[in-house]
Amino acid sequence: MTDLLVKNAYVIDPLSGIRGEIMDIAIRDGKIVEDTGSGAPVIDAGGCLTFPGGIDSHSHVCGTKVNFGRYMSPEDMRAGRTARKGVMRVTSGYSVPTTFGNSYRYSTMGYTTVLEGAMAPLEARHTHEEFTATPHQDMLANTLFDGNWAIMEAVRDKDVKRAAAIVAWTLDAVKGFAIKLTNPGGTEAWGWGKDVHSVRDEVPYFGVTPAEIIETMIRANELLNLPHSVHIHCNNLGVPGNYQTTLDTIDLAPDLNRNRQSLYLTHVQFHSYGGSTWRDISSKSEDIARAVNSRPQVAIDMGQIMFGRTTTMTADGPMEWKLYMLHHNKWSNHDVELETGSGIIPVYYGRKSLVNCVMWAIGLELALLINDPWQCMLATDNPNGAPFVKYPEIIALLMSSRYRDIERSAIDPRTEHYVPLFAIDRELDWYDIAVMTRAAQAKALGIERIGKGHLAEGAEADIAIYPLKPDELDPAADYQQVMAGFAKTRYTIKRGRVVARNGEVVVEGANSTIWSRADVPPEYDLNRDAEFVKKFEQYYTVRMRNYPVQDIYLPRGYFISTEASL
Amino acid sequence: MKIEDVVCTFCGCLCDDLVVEVENNRVCSVENGCTLANEKFMRDHRLKNPIRRDGNGWKAVSYDEAIRETAEILLDADRPLLYGWSGTHGEAQSVGVHLAELIGGVIDNTSTVCHGPSIMAIQEVGHPGCTLGQVKNRADVIVYWGANPIDAHPRHMSRYTTYADGFFIENAFRDRKVIVADVRQTESSAIADEFLKIDRGGDYAALSALRAIVRGKGDLIPSRVAGVTREQLFRVAEICMKAKFGAIFFGLGLTMSPGKYKNIRNAIELTQELNRHTKFTISPMRGHWNVYGSNEVFTWITGYPYAIDFARGIAFYNPGETTSVDILMRGECDACLVVASDPGAHFPRACAEHLARIPTVQIDPHVNATTHLATLQIPVAVTGIDAEGTAYRMDGVPIRARKLFTGSYPNDQEILEKIFARVKEAKRS
Repeated sequence: MTDLLVKNAYVIDPLSGIRGEIMDIAIRDGKIVEDTGSGAPVIDAGGCLTFPGGIDSHSHVCGTKVNFGRYMSPEDMRAGRTARKGVMRVTSGYSVPTTFGNSYRYSTMGYTTVLEGAMAPLEARHTHEEFTATPHQDMLANTLFDGNWAIMEAVRDKDVKRAAAIVAWTLDAVKGFAIKLTNPGGTEAWGWGKDVHSVRDEVPYFGVTPAEIIETMIRANELLNLPHSVHIHCNNLGVPGNYQTTLDTIDLAPDLNRNRQSLYLTHVQFHSYGGSTWRDISSKSEDIARAVNSRPQVAIDMGQIMFGRTTTMTADGPMEWKLYMLHHNKWSNHDVELETGSGIIPVYYGRKSLVNCVMWAIGLELALLINDPWQCMLATDNPNGAPFVKYPEIIALLMSSRYRDIERSAIDPRTEHYVPLFAIDRELDWYDIAVMTRAAQAKALGIERIGKGHLAEGAEADIAIYPLKPDELDPAADYQQVMAGFAKTRYTIKRGRVVARNGEVVVEGANSTIWSRADVPPEYDLNRDAEFVKKFEQYYTVRMRNYPVQDIYLPRGYFISTEASL
Repeated sequence: MKIEDVVCTFCGCLCDDLVVEVENNRVCSVENGCTLANEKFMRDHRLKNPIRRDGNGWKAVSYDEAIRETAEILLDADRPLLYGWSGTHGEAQSVGVHLAELIGGVIDNTSTVCHGPSIMAIQEVGHPGCTLGQVKNRADVIVYWGANPIDAHPRHMSRYTTYADGFFIENAFRDRKVIVADVRQTESSAIADEFLKIDRGGDYAALSALRAIVRGKGDLIPSRVAGVTREQLFRVAEICMKAKFGAIFFGLGLTMSPGKYKNIRNAIELTQELNRHTKFTISPMRGHWNVYGSNEVFTWITGYPYAIDFARGIAFYNPGETTSVDILMRGECDACLVVASDPGAHFPRACAEHLARIPTVQIDPHVNATTHLATLQIPVAVTGIDAEGTAYRMDGVPIRARKLFTGSYPNDQEILEKIFARVKEAKRS
């Protein structure tokens, strides 16, 4: 038995309804308990802000395209290197750090769980190998189905149950957590150098539309009773005027689940543009926020951009091509047979670029205009909008309109004509931030049931103690302190063990990988489906038997089991 | 016992459809494999135990002794080089990187003498590629440039390109055009619809000419470029632009001929240019079965695909300076650990001579050219035969190589972990 007692903590634990109380937290064997034995080691939090461990519900940190982002960018590797120190290994990279770099930096910011935003099933083994080398966070993988041939055939046949069976088989085979649709239909079209431009466009050859794919997958997801909802990166990312596509997508979402949203829209900043060209691009955050505010069945993350250099990487191959045509910098692309695509280009978001300033404003507006913080999570689509190390700055901007005004004077002066940001005086409070950085993620991902994102008895003892004293701070004025405080915890505790302290990682770490397993009736088991097996062997270049990720790749795998309603 | 869907751990094709028969801890037949695979599985003559050089001969030593001595050599070295890695599984490569970091050494893989220039080009302009199944199912135009797959990757054409029927290409041989560019006729060029016979050293110019035509600047092209006629260049450019899906594969004929990484950059930029007209991809024909895995593993741990120098405590990468050949040529390296490759056969003579002068330890199942330069050799299990582990195919698809039987040899990972533990222990005390 290992006990630990955190005393005198200023706790905000939204899922438990705790909005700021000085409390003690007792820990035994990695879980929160009522009481520790006497003589347990004590950490005195000294009245500091204490949250459940942070959860990133959309970040690109592990897998084929992330690693290619490193591979092709020695300049980025040079921009963030640290030497071996104590238990910390050498790290490299600024926007796409090495796995240990990501893990240490997240850990020192108090993050204990991270969802990788896009895993191609065929290359899942790679993602899991990198998960194992990201030792301080429990990891989950969104699994890409946007251009999956078997799924599109099921959609064409209007066979939701078959779609569900394909999802169940695939998640089990690749140890994936949830359904991800990245530019649904568009990644298949990109196999021919084409794209789809609205939810009603037809995918070449397959004759289905993004709308049909989305609707089918939402229903299939609920038939499988998966913990998370469908997680979508809408069509037309980054295109002026795309807010209409986003609204059309939101309109497709029925309200099917009492515990969480039925559709999670990711990096919505990139999908909230008005105008028709780069010259007249404008913010449509108000329209999007209005749609979200009136529909409890959707939740989003911000996809905030921050000024500076970063690397964009997504399964949305055609989008990266468009970006390449704008920037003419280096461009990588990697289509994955029968499944999806991907692309990578480096970018620089400048304060002197009106377009970038509008984008920057939109992300903040979404967080400020969506009334319920449970529906809008803080994320940058790391590293697409900015590396996650920028989260503290974003928190400060959301908590301080004074800070926003200071930034206003540093950006392109025309920005205010295109965005409503500077007319919004809302300032988020500590509770809102706790919701937007862990509690809402736990609920949206459906992992509060396994003790994530809260500190109730029985929960995982993942805790972040920040050197911030809410009683003595006015975040609106002291935004610099807020920023510094969220950048480095005093203590990060993972499964009951102190893993980072004052910006330094102190143990080697041992994470878990969380995946979903939906049990389906035997008639929906695709291993016995002659048609599925035949097509698999015919068109993939890997034998079906060599496709599933073996258990050895998940040394501490943990699955959430569900019973499919088929 | 017959085992199906066996992964062949010879070349970067990583075919995973072999049927192998095993009896008494020995492979006795291989179906579906190419000649190279048959040789790999059937004629597997291993070194029986670790050996240490003893005057002009060799002396058998125990594994424990060999491991202890290797650790001592590494601890004693000022500028150790850990080279090779492409012929072992990812889990062993990963231990290798941590070992290099621990001793402040240089770690490098065989890319340094094969597709290193491709990596440098990719770092300048990116890499529009795809998995091999995308080519099999869609491509109607295939280009092999400076590559001779029939000899070097014998099943590449039948599994992925020329002869592979796919979803949108029902009769591959009829519906696909094959273009081969090379400085000489090869078996591959013999089956091409268009063979661009390029003057030696002329690849860069020929690629530039194609780029110009695709860009609409064809009027600049003289009557011959690098031995290729204007007419043929226009014809080839036209085939590429009219393709529904085109795929370029390039080999060492492009990476290691004059122009080196600039050739690859030009080929990638031609691909990018072609994407303005249609869909086009480009991919290196990786040689060793897991050389791409060594690039991947090195990258997620250190940030760089090869040639990583930990001497200053951080990961430092500068090909031309931190690459094995350069470190050996400068005579800088004072101890070398060779794992799963054969620099004795592939490095310049001066490098091999230097390896013979310093303590060189080789971890490898077989006697090879490097054995003759080494002071110590530790035989291990062969991944894909009596060891299992992760491999990355030339297109980045990770596949788990299977263990066909349990033999008596330890695997690379086990040996390396023991060396690591000894070094770590010594560093602590």
